[in-house]
Amino acid sequence: MVHVHKFDTVIVGGGGAGLYAALEASKKCKTAVVSKLYPQRSHTGAAQGGIAAALGNLEEDHPDWHAYDTVKGGDYLTDQKAAQVLAEDAVKVVYDLEHRGLAFSRLENGKIAQRRFGGHTNNFGKGPVRRACYAADRTGHMILQTLFQQCVENNVEFFNEFFAMDIIMDGNRAKGVSCYEIRTGDVHVFYAKAIMFATGGYGRVFMVTSNALSGTGDGPALVAKAGLPIQDMEFYQFHPTGIYRMGVLITEGVRGEGGILKNRHGTPFMEEYAPTLLDLAPRDMVSRAISEELLKGNGIRGDKKINDYVHLDARHLGRKLIESRLPDICEFCETYLGIDPSEHPIPVQPTAHYAMGGIPTDIDGRVHDGKRVIEGLYAAGECACVSVHGANRLGTNSLLELVVFGRRTGKHIADYVQGVDSPSGDASGADTVISRISSLRNKKTSKPIGPILQKMKQTMMEQVGVYRTESEMEQAIQTVKSLRDEMGGVVLQDSSSNFNTEVQSYFEAENLLLVAHSIAVSAKNRQESRGAHARSDFPERNDDEWLKHSLVRMKGEIDISYSSVDVSRWEPKPRTY
Amino acid sequence: MNVTLAVERFNPETDKEPYIVEYDVEVDENDRVIDALLYVSENQDSTLGFRKSCAHGVCGSDAMRINGVEKLACKTLIHDVTDEQNSKITVEPLRHYGVERDLIVNHDVFMEKYSKVRPYFIPASPAGSEEYIQSPEDRLRIDEATKCINCGACYSACPILETNPNFLGPQALVQAIRFVNDSRDKGLEARLDVLDNPNGLWGCQQKFECTKVCPRDIKITKLINQTKRTVEKYRKERGEKVNKGE
Ligand SMILES: Cc1cc2nc3c(=O)[nH]c(=O)nc-3n(C[C@H](O)[C@H](O)[C@H](O)COP(=O)(O)OP(=O)(O)OC[C@H]3O[C@@H](n4cnc5c(N)ncnc54)[C@H](O)[C@@H]3O)c2cc1C
Ligand code: SF4
Ligand code: FES
Repeated sequence: MVHVHKFDTVIVGGGGAGLYAALEASKKCKTAVVSKLYPQRSHTGAAQGGIAAALGNLEEDHPDWHAYDTVKGGDYLTDQKAAQVLAEDAVKVVYDLEHRGLAFSRLENGKIAQRRFGGHTNNFGKGPVRRACYAADRTGHMILQTLFQQCVENNVEFFNEFFAMDIIMDGNRAKGVSCYEIRTGDVHVFYAKAIMFATGGYGRVFMVTSNALSGTGDGPALVAKAGLPIQDMEFYQFHPTGIYRMGVLITEGVRGEGGILKNRHGTPFMEEYAPTLLDLAPRDMVSRAISEELLKGNGIRGDKKINDYVHLDARHLGRKLIESRLPDICEFCETYLGIDPSEHPIPVQPTAHYAMGGIPTDIDGRVHDGKRVIEGLYAAGECACVSVHGANRLGTNSLLELVVFGRRTGKHIADYVQGVDSPSGDASGADTVISRISSLRNKKTSKPIGPILQKMKQTMMEQVGVYRTESEMEQAIQTVKSLRDEMGGVVLQDSSSNFNTEVQSYFEAENLLLVAHSIAVSAKNRQESRGAHARSDFPERNDDEWLKHSLVRMKGEIDISYSSVDVSRWEPKPRTY
Repeated sequence: MNVTLAVERFNPETDKEPYIVEYDVEVDENDRVIDALLYVSENQDSTLGFRKSCAHGVCGSDAMRINGVEKLACKTLIHDVTDEQNSKITVEPLRHYGVERDLIVNHDVFMEKYSKVRPYFIPASPAGSEEYIQSPEDRLRIDEATKCINCGACYSACPILETNPNFLGPQALVQAIRFVNDSRDKGLEARLDVLDNPNGLWGCQQKFECTKVCPRDIKITKLINQTKRTVEKYRKERGEKVNKGE
């Protein structure tokens, strides 16, 4: 069955970015949130360490310092005006969240507690500053809960367990989105003046990741399938400290509180790689430092293999501090490793964590193709690329991005829809989705999806991971291409309509493969090292040729074009810490 | 090692009764139960229905009964629920919500009871230009209840719901208590009607089953008892009676 809905705006995604936008938009216009998960299950809830804002509750701090750190941390691929907006709005949104009831940890004087995080400094790089506002190590959980509670109070209309599958375009304008309702198997077409994507990240492209199973890059994939470009896909962040083999995140907050990375000889090796910021250098640098230690044979196993691990030592912090400020970390260590971090060092390795790239937008969430704005299409949160993170994101800047740009996008939408007509459309908008699903049911041979996904994750981890070279990336591209072909051989076995999770799994796998392909292609194309994109064959940053964003189109012939980076405030300099 | 997952399956569209399907899976003893379920759906039987997302115990998607006890499948390792003698793991859906399919339960019940307690911040005073001031001690009073991930394990384990389906249940009460104890919120006053009620706080008979299963280690029964006392005190001060419906 097909259902047709008309709204002023439809927001796809109920994480931090989507919910904040919904709160703003629903004040002024008819708003729907569609989400494949119940909103309070979104991966924003997994964020641990904090949200950056120059509140200066403990020491002097300024939005301008924060903006500078963001630009430098992004290895100068950050758009500088956007970084200033991020840092300035930060103070407003953190207070706004607190006014909505967010349970931040507190200082003795009753103000919001703040701590150190990698790459955040005072006086333009002089020394570390306490800028990360936190709620123990559950900051994301508190943000997500608070925003969800506010949506309940404000009667935001939710369509939960609806899986967005197709953007309906009308020339240069987005006018609708088709969704598969998991509960019934029906297809719903939402026509709206403004469509927003807030679908989160895509860490599941890689074998070891901190991301949710639902982090399958649906937003960027749907935009790409609609023939639009996606930006800076080569920049993917590996967080230095994931639990060995599982990838479950151990927040940078552990190092923020004083935890130290050590190799098999017990040497605190960051002294060698980042003499000033040490363990609190930006993540790309720390992940590379770990990888180098592993390759030198200084890992704990010491076999020079890249899947070896190092130790994160927090023992000297004492049980009291660890249990009060990092309670969830204690629990993860106990559950997944059977250890107590105040008695044992934590075995860690880099884990695929955060997508700097995604759907290109401006500072109000409007999607563009590098040249012009796509009417009626918006994006914010991890799936978007503003770009405030450039080539590498600083810790605590992502939760900030969600709320700053989620909020700005919601506000912009609320005004935008006042001045435009509702798009026309009927049930035929569902045709693409219906024919895709039925074509998968009427085939003879059948393959399981597991081995395809397994191969993709392994390939991406090994060949498009922390270090990259031309030949390996070329191999990865060929592998991913053939896996995309293999998807044609998968047949849906489940013919029932209620809670048929197989349909969703199939299309999520298809989206992951598209995203993996775009990452590998963009990475091979960029012949320099910058931020998280580290090439052994081009070890230097090359501003003359590569100080530019890349935009890749994945529909039909793959095509890469470029757009300029806003460097209007700070001149690119070598990045040392 | 090889384990057998004995999964209770049910599709109300086609089945009259739930039935058990056994899957043999090769796993590491340090794998999570959710890994084993995923392996089944990606390689053996893609029709098996279950919810999942974060895979490390923070989103609340995959509460289910494992060997008869409510747990998160992503926070339960294979070696936690097997031993030398027994490599069979039974997996069943949560109780009291109603099964939609296999391990997926209905969510409307949750939302209905959750919304009743006004689970959102109702400020006691208007906000200024900066944050509300809250002492670390006051913040500590809401620490436990703010941990709740809405997983529903407690609601499934609660024996009261067997006989009184109108009881709000531990999950919604925890949400209410989170705000009752918040020094910045109007607290109890704003939620007195739903709490001081035979189906609210007084529905609880201290069976502790919720507390035993909560994957976030929230001392639910203790919080409920404390809040009962707060209500009694509140009523007494006003010369009113509590509404136990007796
Ligand atoms: C373990 C971990 C710890 C982190 N810690 C921090 C931290 O301390 N500080 C910080 O700043 N950042 C942190 N981050 C990063 C940050 O949490 C994420 O980038 C951010 O939460 C993403 O939020 P989002 O709103 O963009 O997406 P999400 O919260 O992932 O939400 C995505 C939403 O989109 C929906 N969706 C997706 N696809 C579809 C579809 N096809 N149809 C319908 N709905 C769909 C989902 O249902 C979900 O509601 C952390 C990340 C991880 C993984
Ligand atoms: S109180 Fe505990 S068991 Fe109950 S829903 Fe919350 S986290 Fe789950
Ligand atoms: S999948 Fe999130 S709690 Fe288990």
